[in-house]
Amino acid sequence: MSASSAAKPSVVTHALKDALIAGIVAFGLFVLLLGFLADDTLGKLRPLPRPVLLAAAVGIVFVGRFLVSLLYYNAAALRLLLGELFVSILALAKRFRFALLAAMVALAIAWVLYSPGDWPLATMIVVAILFAVWLGLTPALLALAVLFPIAFYSNPYYLGIAIIILTYVMLGWGLNIVVGLAGLLDLGYVAFYAVGAYSYAIIAQAYGWSFWVCLPLAGLFAAFFGVLLGFPVLRLRGDYLAIVTLAFGEIVRIVLLNWVSLTNGPNGIGSIPRASFFGVPFTADDDGFAARFGFEFDPTHRTVFLFYLILALALITNWVTIRLRKLPVGRAWEALREDEIAVRSLGINPTNTKLTAFAIGAMFGGFAGAFFATRQGFISPDSFTFPESALILAIVVLGGMGSQIGVAIAAIVMTASFELFREFEQFRLVIFGFAMVGIMIWRPRGLISSREPSVYLKERKTISAEHVAEGHG
Amino acid sequence: MSEPLLSIKGVSAFYGSIAALKGIDVEVMPGEIVTIIGANGAGKSTLMMTICGNPQAREGSITFEDRDITHLPTHEIMRMKIAQSPEGRRIFPRMTVFENLQMGAATAQGGSFEEDLAKVFKLFPILEQRRSQRGGTLSGGEQQMLAIGRALMSRPRLLLLDEPSLGLAPLVVRQIFSAIRDLNQREKLTIFLVEQNAFHALKLAHRGYVMVNGRIAMQGTGKELLEKPEVRSAYLEGGR
Ligand SMILES: Nc1ncnc2c1ncn2[C@@H]1O[C@H](COP(=O)(O)OP(=O)(O)OP(=O)(O)O)[C@@H](O)[C@H]1O
Ligand SMILES: [Mg+2]
Repeated sequence: MSASSAAKPSVVTHALKDALIAGIVAFGLFVLLLGFLADDTLGKLRPLPRPVLLAAAVGIVFVGRFLVSLLYYNAAALRLLLGELFVSILALAKRFRFALLAAMVALAIAWVLYSPGDWPLATMIVVAILFAVWLGLTPALLALAVLFPIAFYSNPYYLGIAIIILTYVMLGWGLNIVVGLAGLLDLGYVAFYAVGAYSYAIIAQAYGWSFWVCLPLAGLFAAFFGVLLGFPVLRLRGDYLAIVTLAFGEIVRIVLLNWVSLTNGPNGIGSIPRASFFGVPFTADDDGFAARFGFEFDPTHRTVFLFYLILALALITNWVTIRLRKLPVGRAWEALREDEIAVRSLGINPTNTKLTAFAIGAMFGGFAGAFFATRQGFISPDSFTFPESALILAIVVLGGMGSQIGVAIAAIVMTASFELFREFEQFRLVIFGFAMVGIMIWRPRGLISSREPSVYLKERKTISAEHVAEGHG
Repeated sequence: MSEPLLSIKGVSAFYGSIAALKGIDVEVMPGEIVTIIGANGAGKSTLMMTICGNPQAREGSITFEDRDITHLPTHEIMRMKIAQSPEGRRIFPRMTVFENLQMGAATAQGGSFEEDLAKVFKLFPILEQRRSQRGGTLSGGEQQMLAIGRALMSRPRLLLLDEPSLGLAPLVVRQIFSAIRDLNQREKLTIFLVEQNAFHALKLAHRGYVMVNGRIAMQGTGKELLEKPEVRSAYLEGGR
């Protein structure tokens, strides 16, 4: 559709006419269906008119048809209009960013002072947008993450969701090493999450060691399992690799189910030791966190601690990945994803390269698993099923395979929308499916599809994936 | 006479049960440019890949710098002073020119990365202009230069090149061939060149081999081969 301004009135009249016809048809349809209710309260059947309902139904059809018609016939113009509006708002915000930021900070401080405790979600969102405009997306997300527990201190429900989101961000970043960087499709990533969780639970219960001792051990165990998976699949690629990793995930889950003497089978492991604040437990006793540091006891202390713990773990994952990308091993992963034969012909051992990718990816999955165990206090094989793997993989793929910030955004969007649609339990997967199809259509290479070079020379320059895929020969 | 840098003796290689190389004897002396010419499917690329251990020779032996490399895995062979620019270039399309060159230096021993980089940029100045561009977005000729540059970053003594002129305009072909001559004369780099472009290759090379159906059919100096009527009729007439 062309979007000349001269065509606009005719488009609107056309849409109006169209909507009018639809309205008449709707009236004809609904007048008997909705317009009257067969009422027999007085023992006698008589029609009860319901004009408001009828008007509402016809109105919805009319307005809906009008909008659809307008959008359909003049989509380009509309998009242009909205786009320009958005761009000019953004430009304005950027121009007055200091003033805006100062105002926002003042407002926020005033808010905290006068109604201590809670910032409403809306404030948070406005602050987020401002941060994003001012600092750019990545620092804005980071700043928000750090401020989040302060803002939502009195709202454990949000804190809980944020912790879950961060867990998935971390899992996404961990899997991103294997899938996004090294290009090895892994459908069984949840196995390492499970290994981490179970090794933490078993070690912590059996030896009573603290979280900070058990965490690295859990990571080590998971890394060991990563190598274990890596060896048999070294020669496999693409579809075959995916199938074997899928099977590996299931094998681990089934072993956990059946090795009752170690894992307590389907009943799971309960009363897993909680994480302590570097040795100080979050209890109401005299040597608990609150008493030691002179606070009043509040169970939220633990939640906030868990939030910062998983935030730190996720950031470590991210930092390590970014570092590794600049080191020979990380660059070898990326090269391996592009062309294994070329990698070999440069004297790089592809076996070791793949195994390190599996091991390091698995290790972070293990860390996340240990965190999961200590947060939940209870784990069972039910938490480590295939859909979990699929969700993490979806996060990586939607995020744009290899883009750190893309994966983070995808994790936030996916997990948050899962929470949002919790009431529509049965429809969650349907919505999920539609969202996937939508992304495949509009952003076939993921949300953030450009790969950042690991070294910059003068200026930052990313080239979108559309240009990158061409010209292999 | 000095010892050969690379010596291939009675090498046979197979794809499954099909023989692609049937008893090849080739020697490359230090400082030489040696070219292999032959029709499509003669086994030229296979010979180059067999030197690199993929596929490995089933019979015969390959020695490089007096070391038997016949049965070494590819990545160990490529860690010695051998580098290749393979058929189809195989640069990393999503990585920048600079990152591609870094990958080339992955196993370089001694020397400084900066110096090697400067050398490559001096040889192919266009690469310096394009250093932040993705490999996949380079033109065919630039990609070929990148493939050669990447191979040079590992400081090889022997450079294996598979059809560097494939699909390039005559001007670019000349540029690449003059770069090869430069490398040979100034850096004393030994070059093993597989080519379809027999005329250019034979003019450039000290010695050449003609390959037919997995066997060496003829050999001689570049000049000798250029003058042989069999070579002229099969590979040169109308094909320059
Ligand atoms: N991976 C492979 N599997 C099976 N057969 C192969 C393989 N690679 C090459 N061949 C076969 O081996 C023979 C030699 O191929 P090769 O690629 O060495 O030819 P070439 O001389 O390089 O030809 P060109 O000039 O066209 O590149 C051909 O018959 C080819 O079909
Ligand atoms: Mg070939």
